[in-house]
Amino acid sequence: MVEQDKERLDHPGERSADKGKNVQKKIVVRNLSKIFGDHPEKALKLIEEGCSKEEILEKTGQTVGVSNASFEVDEGEIFVLMGLSGSGKSTLMRCLNRLIEPTSGEILIDGKNVVDLDEEGLLELRRKKASMVFQRFALFPHRTVINNVAFGLEIQGIDEKERLERARKVLEMVGLKQWENSLPDQLSGGMQQRVGLARALANDPDILLMDEAFSALDPLIRREMQNELLSLQSKVNKTIIFVTHDLDEALRIGDRIALMKDGHIVQIGTPEEILTNPANKYVRKFVEDVDMTKVLVAEGVMKAPVETVALKEGPRVALRAMREAGISSIFVVTRERKLAGIVTADDAYEARERGEKDLSKILITDVPTAKPDTPVSDLIPVLAESKFPVAVVNDDNKLLGVIVRGALLAGMVRKGDEE
Amino acid sequence: MDAIPKIPIGDWVEAFVEFLDAYFGGFFEFVSDVIEAVIQAFTNALLFPPPVVLIAILMALVWLLANRKIALWTGVGLLLILNLDMWDPGMSTLALVLSSAFLALIVGIPIGILTAWSDIVDRIVRPILDFMQTMPPFVYLVPAVLLFDIGEVPALVATIIFAMPPVIRLTGLGIRQVPAELIEAAKAFGSTRNQMLVKVQLPLALPTIMAGVNQCIMLALSMVVIAAMIGAGGLGGEVLRGLQRLDVPRGFESGLAIVIVAIILDRITQNLKGKQKKETT
Repeated sequence: MVEQDKERLDHPGERSADKGKNVQKKIVVRNLSKIFGDHPEKALKLIEEGCSKEEILEKTGQTVGVSNASFEVDEGEIFVLMGLSGSGKSTLMRCLNRLIEPTSGEILIDGKNVVDLDEEGLLELRRKKASMVFQRFALFPHRTVINNVAFGLEIQGIDEKERLERARKVLEMVGLKQWENSLPDQLSGGMQQRVGLARALANDPDILLMDEAFSALDPLIRREMQNELLSLQSKVNKTIIFVTHDLDEALRIGDRIALMKDGHIVQIGTPEEILTNPANKYVRKFVEDVDMTKVLVAEGVMKAPVETVALKEGPRVALRAMREAGISSIFVVTRERKLAGIVTADDAYEARERGEKDLSKILITDVPTAKPDTPVSDLIPVLAESKFPVAVVNDDNKLLGVIVRGALLAGMVRKGDEE
Repeated sequence: MDAIPKIPIGDWVEAFVEFLDAYFGGFFEFVSDVIEAVIQAFTNALLFPPPVVLIAILMALVWLLANRKIALWTGVGLLLILNLDMWDPGMSTLALVLSSAFLALIVGIPIGILTAWSDIVDRIVRPILDFMQTMPPFVYLVPAVLLFDIGEVPALVATIIFAMPPVIRLTGLGIRQVPAELIEAAKAFGSTRNQMLVKVQLPLALPTIMAGVNQCIMLALSMVVIAAMIGAGGLGGEVLRGLQRLDVPRGFESGLAIVIVAIILDRITQNLKGKQKKETT
């Protein structure tokens, strides 16, 4: 765990891709295809030949749901399947617990192939390993909130006292304890989906399958639920497969995103990778409308390495460094490259005239700073107010880079337009 | 006209009925025994206690199952039947109605569930139900008599056949109407088919199934009256006697008693349904 956290700090952009390389993947999907129709074998052959969904439909009359999808998900990761309606994202997710039978391919959960499971193994998977949250909540209208939450436990045959106790705990976690005896109809949409989430969590599964879970909610509530999911996730640490058609949602909650089109996975990557390095025209078009300031983080637009001077060095060194770099102020760091403050060229000039030997007298410590993952939208007001550039530091106050106004704009334009 | 001879459908049916009687006589005897036992049980329950005691018991039961107002009217209605001197035929009709409805539900609800589960079963059962429902009820009486002789048993068989279609239809409909997303949710949490049926499908289909129960009981009542022609007795027998002797007072009074029984049964089953709705929504 400590090892992983360190890795996160050092390579935040690649955290999930690198994390737990040696650990068994939680979910591995290999060459998964789903064909709807009576003659799937014909369509499978055409998929191998690289035909598109339309071509296959035209030639064979078979509808391709998912076409040769492969991906891996780490334990504790939020993996988003994103695409427009009809892209196969929900179908792909339902293959994972075989609500839809895959036509070909492998699905390994904890190393076990789900496709080979017999009836009993499948029930066990659905009861204990993977629970689902639905777009339109799918709460049972004839059951009270608590009996909805306890449904999965009831199906497992757990006795009433224990299942109600466990359901109550989960309800408390999602903040609906006082509603346990209400019927679902009496609750607002957001609350209903909390019940849906609680119902899934009550089984204490390793994996949550969330199918457009927040899409039926209005934008404000949706935002709230996204935050709540993230904060819940930090407590329960589930492996989450999240299906959505909403890119903003995908970017907000996904550790990694798989973008789907016509049954294919077009690109898999972290939100930043998808935005800054779209694999093809389709992805680019998809991400075109995203407000870059909300997605880009400080790290992505900062200038590094930074010109610095050490605290013990004198004004002369500082002035020369500024002249060489063509800047009017320079960051001062300690021996461990921790940020000490900043000096301006004017002050350094005067200090030199006064014959001072170090920078301590002219050091300005009140410097605007940002963390590597601070969104650019939060940086803009800081930059507007400060006469200094913003220092990007990590949790140990180590200086990683610097953001100046011009660089920020350039960075946004560059990342936004990158062809 | 003479070029095309008459197709002897009637003869075929007769041959078929005779064939059934000859080769499945044991089976029909068994069915007959079961039906007789059920009728006996209901008749004993209704005719054994003194009328006033039974009226009190029924009122209490109705109060429990439906509400006070209906319990009160039940009492008034039953007292009127008692006063008209129609108590014994009235109770024997009620016993026949309850027996046939009971048997129709026991057979019909599972068939309804099967039609909901399987499209093939549905496609087979649907035309049979259409046939059963469009056939004039008298027609059932003939083969029933041939197979079960005269008396209460053939009357009941005809009644069950006549009253069963709405149970099957509405059970199937109710289950099919359960939203697909709820079925999927139940499946996703690892329900077996039986768990799905008991915990999700039947509770959600209950208002519709109860409509079927109401229909079934009402149809059973109308058929039991007609079945008096093959010896079912009861209020239908009284009407029949009134008709044969042109006895207007007797005919009218027994008719009135039928109406009272019908209204009571209808109100009770309707309000069971209403109560159920309040609990489930």
